[in-house]
Amino acid sequence: MLTTFWSWWVIILTVTNLVLITWLLFANKKIAVNEEDTEDQTTGHVYDGIEEYDNPLPKWWFQMFVITLVFGVFYFALYPSLGNFKGFLNWTSIGQWEGEMEVANAKYAETFGQYKEMSIEEIAADPKAMKIGTRLFANNCSVCHGADGGGAEGFPNLTDKDWLYGGAPEQIAVSISNGRMGNMPPWGEVLGEDGVINTAEYVRKLSGLEHDAAKAEAGATHFATVCAACHGADGKGMHVLGAPNLTDDVWLYNDSREAIRHAIRNGRANVMPAQVDKLREDKIRMLTAYVYGLSQE
Amino acid sequence: MNAHEKVEKNIGLMMILMVVAISFGALVEIVPQFFNKATTEPIEGLKPYTAMQLEGRDIYIREGCNVCHSQMVRPFRSETERYGHYSVAGESVYDYPFLWGSKRTGPDLARVGGRYSDEWHRAHMYNPRNVVPESNMPAFPWLFDNVVDHTVTGKKMAALQTLGVPYTDEDIAGAEAAVKGKTEIEALIAYLQNLGVLLKQKR
Repeated sequence: MLTTFWSWWVIILTVTNLVLITWLLFANKKIAVNEEDTEDQTTGHVYDGIEEYDNPLPKWWFQMFVITLVFGVFYFALYPSLGNFKGFLNWTSIGQWEGEMEVANAKYAETFGQYKEMSIEEIAADPKAMKIGTRLFANNCSVCHGADGGGAEGFPNLTDKDWLYGGAPEQIAVSISNGRMGNMPPWGEVLGEDGVINTAEYVRKLSGLEHDAAKAEAGATHFATVCAACHGADGKGMHVLGAPNLTDDVWLYNDSREAIRHAIRNGRANVMPAQVDKLREDKIRMLTAYVYGLSQE
Repeated sequence: MNAHEKVEKNIGLMMILMVVAISFGALVEIVPQFFNKATTEPIEGLKPYTAMQLEGRDIYIREGCNVCHSQMVRPFRSETERYGHYSVAGESVYDYPFLWGSKRTGPDLARVGGRYSDEWHRAHMYNPRNVVPESNMPAFPWLFDNVVDHTVTGKKMAALQTLGVPYTDEDIAGAEAAVKGKTEIEALIAYLQNLGVLLKQKR
């Protein structure tokens, strides 16, 4: 909203401009450059024997100028262009956007409404709903979790049956809506480098990977005092904390000694961003069903 | 000699008249905006960039991110569905210069803050193909080795202060310590994670 002064500033300058252009156009409609009109209708200029005709603007050209002026007058009247005058159409860019949104929301309400009464399990079994889910997933989730939901190093695979925070529909819905903040503290200083190496061997043993038995045994005590609080005494993890199951040979990063040692030494803080502000409730429901369906086959 | 001839044969007069003719647009479209509260006042809650974010922004400019990424969500449904609330002028009053842009080879970044995890940004910046196989964005591996030049951060903030960005003297005094020893990728991510987080809207 402009102040009164600037509103009039805009109005006066715009109208003055329009008037001046109109005057210029009509004042030049038929005017000879040479006052003493030459008999042969030339300007009187001669360049290397080439003479210049002194013709007015062609009619069609002149008329096009007039049309643009008339268009301008109508435009100023209908649309917001003269200071704070809103125009007779009351058009605003935000109003146009709101109109588009209203139409789309009505359409969405219809599309998503048919699944309102269904449970997540039922939606996951509905091929049409899963088609919608595929597109939503491709647009919003695949950047991290991969187009097929297979994940990548550091980004969970959603197609296996291994869950950090639980694979029940309610747990998936919470993960999508509110996001998740993984927080494994660093243990490098507490355990020392030997402790880190030994504990890593024990973790490899838990998943049945090739390991150094003596070091793993030394690591077992560290595990019981330090790791068991979150990962459980048996290493099977805890969904409430998002502590991974360490016994199933499923790795969020990878199973190399260095990756495991790095995690123990420096900790991990994996974040799933909250989507509740970005996606509508309906869309989160469809995505919950889609993600749930990914691991059901 | 008629008027037409006078103008055509007097280059000084012609220049003056040309300037008058073309200045109407700027006087009407641009000048009033300098005095319009909607364009000069920050939206509620807007804070100047922290030292880290400011350095990240300068890296963003240095690497030419703004050449392919706009920071302007227009009020069209197709855009607000994808990016979130449309951009408003009050969001960029502390941007010198603003980075709205009009070229989108990559997606708009006006509301990229909080959309991905820090870890994702690191993986993506190190090599975009690692997380988005079809991406044609260049990799920026040197950001992981380069360290931010902490000696100039305070000076940058002092310069912005003269332009009206409300940095306090404590902000400027603390700038050096805030960025010392940080890598460029950390600064860049700090900047990206702050982009557009003030206005939220469900899509």
